[in-house]
Amino acid sequence: MIEGALLVAALAAGDPTAGEAIYPRCQACHALAYDRVGPRHCGLLGRRAGSVPGFDYSPAMKRSKLVWNRENLDRFLADPPRLVPGTTMTYAGVPEAKERADLIAFLAQASCGQP
Amino acid sequence: MQQPTEAFMSSFFSIASPNAARRLFLGRSGFMLSGAAVALLAGREALAAKSKDAAAGDVRILNTALGAELEAIAAYQLGAESGLLQKPVLALAVQFQGHHKEHAELLAKTVRKLGGKPVAAKSKYDFPVEGLKAQADVLRFAAQLEQGAVSAYLGAVPLFGNRDLSKAAASILGDEAMHWAVLRNALGENPVPVAFVA
Repeated sequence: MIEGALLVAALAAGDPTAGEAIYPRCQACHALAYDRVGPRHCGLLGRRAGSVPGFDYSPAMKRSKLVWNRENLDRFLADPPRLVPGTTMTYAGVPEAKERADLIAFLAQASCGQP
Repeated sequence: MQQPTEAFMSSFFSIASPNAARRLFLGRSGFMLSGAAVALLAGREALAAKSKDAAAGDVRILNTALGAELEAIAAYQLGAESGLLQKPVLALAVQFQGHHKEHAELLAKTVRKLGGKPVAAKSKYDFPVEGLKAQADVLRFAAQLEQGAVSAYLGAVPLFGNRDLSKAAASILGDEAMHWAVLRNALGENPVPVAFVA
């Protein structure tokens, strides 16, 4: 219960500026405005997983039926292969809840006009 | 010491000894640091992934890394052909591209060794070419890719079912961290601003 409350508080407290400083970790595979090894990130919040047109997702991601809300993103970023076994996002995750919240806050306000 | 055959030395698993790995890669690249780094990749087939699931997981990780390496090769090609890079920066970019080619070659061979199919380079990459107007723009773009690559390998190292592959990925991580530092230095930035990478 307390853990859940802490999670909600951490997600609510995300700082987009701090998240922008964390985002370079994602830039091995992702960009905001265009697809790379991973799909584009702009417009991520509210998007159904595996739904960017033309991007070659893993079958696991296409089957996941996830919608990228803040809670699902937090769970995914904590341990991508655990939430979506078989994902090609073969990354151990961002272990710190505050860093995930900051990253999500940044992604929520990132626009497709950014590189 | 028995000389490994060329076929035997064709993946992360099969480099019989550090000396053999060093000879192999010095022969290919003529670059001491690359040879020494890859010498760390000594692997034993007996330690290959313990189960089919683990092997499939390792193939996914390797293929994701391969996709990023192929993109990096294309990005350095773009930079080299842009006309924006002056000597000696151009030579540096070509050298770094060569490292990425070596990484990609080894990753692809290891995917095959594990029974997987290596991902191919895309026919077209989307790069922010409109933002590349000077040498510094190209260097910044390359530095961003290398920084991301360091994070990606750092995130992949703990996931491998086969610890030899973790070691191999860590070796590549080290190489790409050096690229990142050199590019930062070329941009006039502190080449190593922090004690830890993330």
